Amino acid sequence: MATTPTVFRLDDASDAPEARVRLRRFHPDDLTATCGAGVSAFCAVWLVYERFTPLSGGLGFWLSWYVVFLALYWLIVRGRDGRMAATDRLATVVLTTAGLGLLVPLVLIVGYTVYKGWTALRPAFFVKDLRYTGSLSKATDGGGLHAIVGTLEQVGLAVLISVPLGVTTAVFLNEVGGRLARPVRLIVDTMSAIPSIVAGLFIYAVIVLTLGQNGFAGALALAVLMLPTVTRTAEVVLRLVPGGLREASLALGASEWRTVHDVVLPTSRSGLVTAVILGVARAIGETAPLLLTIGGAFVVNANPFHGKQDALPYFVYRLIKFPQTAQVQRAWTGALVLLALVLVLFVAARIVGGRKPGSAGILRRQRRHDRRERS
Amino acid sequence: MSVTIGAREVPPPSLDGQRPPSRLIAEGVSAWFGTHKVLDRVSLVMEPGRVTALIGPSGCGKSTFLRILNRMHELIPGASLAGTIELDGVDIYRGTRSPTDTRRRVGMVFQKPNPFPAMSVADNVVSGLKLSGVKVQSRADRRDVVEHSLQRAGLWNEVRNRLTDPGGALSGGQQQRLCIARALAVEPQVLLMDEPCSALDPTSTRRIEDTIAEISKEVTVVIVTHNMQQAQRVSHDCAFFLAGENQPGYIVESGPTDTLFSSPDDSRTLDYVRGRFG
Amino acid sequence: MSRRSSHLVSSPEAIAVAGPSVDGEARVEIRVHRGPVDRAYRLVARLAASATLALMALIGAFLLARALPALRAAKWHFLTEQSWTPDSGRFGISAVLLGTVLIAIIALVIAVPLSIGAALFITEYAPRGLRRPITSLVDLLAAVPSLIYGLWGLFFLQPRLIKVSRWLTDHASIVPFFRTKSTNYASTTFIAGVVVALMIVPICTAVMREVFSQAPPGEKEGALALGGTRWGMVRTVVLPFGRGGIVGGSMLGLGRALGETIAVSLIISPLFVRSTHVLEGGGNSISALIALRFSESNTFGISALMAAGLVLFVMTLVVNAFASVIVSRSRSGAATEI
Repeated sequence: MATTPTVFRLDDASDAPEARVRLRRFHPDDLTATCGAGVSAFCAVWLVYERFTPLSGGLGFWLSWYVVFLALYWLIVRGRDGRMAATDRLATVVLTTAGLGLLVPLVLIVGYTVYKGWTALRPAFFVKDLRYTGSLSKATDGGGLHAIVGTLEQVGLAVLISVPLGVTTAVFLNEVGGRLARPVRLIVDTMSAIPSIVAGLFIYAVIVLTLGQNGFAGALALAVLMLPTVTRTAEVVLRLVPGGLREASLALGASEWRTVHDVVLPTSRSGLVTAVILGVARAIGETAPLLLTIGGAFVVNANPFHGKQDALPYFVYRLIKFPQTAQVQRAWTGALVLLALVLVLFVAARIVGGRKPGSAGILRRQRRHDRRERS
Repeated sequence: MSVTIGAREVPPPSLDGQRPPSRLIAEGVSAWFGTHKVLDRVSLVMEPGRVTALIGPSGCGKSTFLRILNRMHELIPGASLAGTIELDGVDIYRGTRSPTDTRRRVGMVFQKPNPFPAMSVADNVVSGLKLSGVKVQSRADRRDVVEHSLQRAGLWNEVRNRLTDPGGALSGGQQQRLCIARALAVEPQVLLMDEPCSALDPTSTRRIEDTIAEISKEVTVVIVTHNMQQAQRVSHDCAFFLAGENQPGYIVESGPTDTLFSSPDDSRTLDYVRGRFG
Repeated sequence: MSRRSSHLVSSPEAIAVAGPSVDGEARVEIRVHRGPVDRAYRLVARLAASATLALMALIGAFLLARALPALRAAKWHFLTEQSWTPDSGRFGISAVLLGTVLIAIIALVIAVPLSIGAALFITEYAPRGLRRPITSLVDLLAAVPSLIYGLWGLFFLQPRLIKVSRWLTDHASIVPFFRTKSTNYASTTFIAGVVVALMIVPICTAVMREVFSQAPPGEKEGALALGGTRWGMVRTVVLPFGRGGIVGGSMLGLGRALGETIAVSLIISPLFVRSTHVLEGGGNSISALIALRFSESNTFGISALMAAGLVLFVMTLVVNAFASVIVSRSRSGAATEI
């Protein structure tokens, strides 16, 4: 059966607005199924729960409810749409629970730390140390200045040592290369696996046993941990700079040094800064290497090279073990300050990494280009 | 013929019998990506048991139209459409059939062959059945389905001893025929083909055209092609798409292939089939 | 090539030199002649890399050297002895090693399914706009210091998990792991394992997410066009494709779990007995051993601790190496960095 040739001309078509098809992702039936399953599960579990030994009131109840809800939901959808649709819906619910469920520990951890640390937090925490406090002092007496000073100095020194060395090594690996590159890369990858406590143990044996515990030893231990990470991350960032840029610069007659200094490094600047910020955020929270190296103190010691020093993580770790509630409370305050510091750095890294026009734009364009190539 | 469970229609799982080919009617179909309109009120009848070719220069919305026919268009975020598509009288968008249901009845073969590379050839063929929930009862049934589908796709003789080889190990033309076999195993009523031979060598192209000719009696075929000679060889009916610069695509003319190529009504159609632009 | 006289721009010049002839054709050797600035820059870069190399190699060598005395003294008993009293000559890592591994296993059992689920949710199920925020939040979980995890685990989670432990012992003691000899449900391997699990979830999720997002769109389309549901498509295309990422991500998490010190040492109360009763108070780990014993150890004790630390280091190294090999060899990992 042949259709007569039809000719459509655009101009004589009516200009009536066209009704778009409503592609509903969620059928109203879905809502009733979900709610129905939820309520039925609740009733069922409530009736039967008393029979079993309770897990722990709340937790066990809601866990049982969840399992029964899934079973009922699956049965309802299967009855309505068949097995395939039921399994699909079940998968959606379970995976959504997994994805959103991750946020629960985050909220709990941050919330609990705030809840415990907030009560004793005073501005004095940032200006006083523990020289006048004893075992009977209140939690709000004294402060954590010595810990804050220690952390700032130790992390600062660690950054000073590891970042220039690490970035230059990354420049070597990515831009210069050669026969030396393979062993360097191998060693850097190996060392990134070093457990933090072992790094502390190494510094303990090398430095502390001869020169005693001080802040610098802690800084060295942190640097040992940071160096491989900074090198690897910096190498990844440098590799993302498109080769075309380097070629263009060289073709214009610039020397290799000029190319690296004026093209490659500025392009990857925000990526490098993000990597450094994230490295600092990690180093600030590291406790294990400090346990063995800095010794801890109760007063401010501004000289990291001589005498024991304290640090925020060490402050918290030590005080939390004391029997007095005041000390424990102080530890929680320190923990809150530590957490806040880490979160601030994290947000800063996100801002730096995401917004800077120069390199962020290039990285995003490169990623979009890659995505288009792939599809 | 299909079972109604609750409010939705579920086709019975079947291995024994090809469903009769269907008539696909598109009326006033428009499509948007966000606010950008790419198709303007396209209407077309795709007759059962015949091959309809969609021809025209690139960028005129032919592939978009094809994807609307099996509800793949809506998978793109921000995509929307208007108009009606009726498969044997049932609106595939506003009726009671789910999208997965429609895709079981309206199969698709893509431009770039996409067999599942980690699965064996045999597993690839039955993967469509597994995905659409059809239970294959016995080993013998499974073997029959594999052999039958591969024969229809013209691939059986080449791979009969390689059924356990991974799907990715075949050549390009073989992979595409494997995809055709996989699509046919589900026993669709309509088969959509989006430039299936554009990435293949002439020999594979010819084999696939033979396949299209054979299956067209049982399956309605709608094929998008840039190759006008292929359109003439393979199709019974043709629809010529066109779009102005930054304008949505529309059908200029449609009808039996012979007529369209020898004495079309519209001068633009004549120009295109004579190769004056494209 | 024309010479540039500006001292600011001295590009490397290629100088053609007649080279040895091969196959009868005279080949031209191209030697690159670099300016002084470039030579200095390359030298500095090379020095930095060498310094890194030397430093890191020194650390490894030092650890080995310092650990040898203890290893020589203990010989094979190092691996079989449970107690840790270096002064009396009886010390071995069998108890601590088992404890480390048990904590890591518990952590993996909890974290891996959770991570797979979260990674699938982020790549396939979450609305587009929600993807970046959720990813950022998961990364935030990774940024929280392990000390905070340890405190939270000790003060918040432990009281609640004790009830769970009791329930498991009462109702699930068919499984040998869940049996206990005492009724002390605190400071257990189990609780430590749960806390470590939460710590490694972000790492595993990040790797898996990266890998899942690279599943070939052509195959995904093909699966959907055959009439598959979204879950069917995920099972047929995304999960097989992402196998390498799943294993690699889990290995990476395992490495992290093995080396975790602070959270573990806050929770467990160390027992030097090889025990698989994870619900019972006790447990141990190599890193906690070092953290708790270093101050009271003499030189020989330090040597013994070094040996233990070396074992831990080697384990973590092997696991990490395994992880990157698996990821890079797999279909999915070709472009992924671990």
